Amino acid sequence: MIAVMFFVVAAIVLGGAFGVVLSPNPVYSALFLVATLIGVAAFFLMQSAQLLAAVQVIVYASAVVVLFLFVIMLLGVDRREGLNDPRPLQRPVAIALGVLLVIEVVALAGHNWATGTKSQVAKLHGANIDSVARALFTTYLWPFEITSILFVAAVVGAVVLARRSGRGAPVEDTRAEVTS
Amino acid sequence: MTITGNYYLIVALLLFTIGATGLLIRRNVLVMFMCVELMLNAVNLTFVTFAKMLNDVGGQVIVFFTLVVAAAEVAVGLAIIVAIFRRRRGATADDIDLLRG
Repeated sequence: MIAVMFFVVAAIVLGGAFGVVLSPNPVYSALFLVATLIGVAAFFLMQSAQLLAAVQVIVYASAVVVLFLFVIMLLGVDRREGLNDPRPLQRPVAIALGVLLVIEVVALAGHNWATGTKSQVAKLHGANIDSVARALFTTYLWPFEITSILFVAAVVGAVVLARRSGRGAPVEDTRAEVTS
Repeated sequence: MTITGNYYLIVALLLFTIGATGLLIRRNVLVMFMCVELMLNAVNLTFVTFAKMLNDVGGQVIVFFTLVVAAAEVAVGLAIIVAIFRRRRGATADDIDLLRG
């Protein structure tokens, strides 16, 4: 039963990933991304990480993808991408590098995927939220607080970057100036 | 058959490879960004798998921090993309090849 579920979810995850890369329209890419993210959330559930599965669906599959779709619609780039490639060598080289990466990892780690290290922080047991929260607010309290500073910096940075600057620079094609 | 942690790691490896290859193949900046998200998710999956295999909650806590950093990265990255698109009407990474603004 678990095995069947695993292979179905794996097919959804990898198919969604291929869809993100191969679909010519960015809107379709974002929708395929939702399939992959929910599949990963299902993997989290199957490995008894219930809290992370919920967070994955709430934060990633809804908030982040909605942000992506919002920017796609705002910028109006939901057109098909031209298939002619200005650098013809790049695609074969990229695919070859990807295949090389898989071969390399399987060759190096294929026998021992995980070492037998003992648990350092706390054991996984029972209620998942309980153990994760306990570790988050005791062992990892300092990184947790630093994360809030990172978030504030990101919010301020996003506002500053996306704000229309007071100098009033309209849309101009600076490439034309350079080439002329 | 029983599904051990190795199966999850293999799926994560394939997911990471698809994301990395897509990052090199695609020209659209937004799709390249989505490929970065694929790679982040692959790494999250390995963290959760190792947390299960080694019976340690630390792997799951790290995924929390990865999610936070990914959310911040999406906010700032999309703001950068919006700022670039304000200046010029190029949809691809090849149009952004100058260091001057």
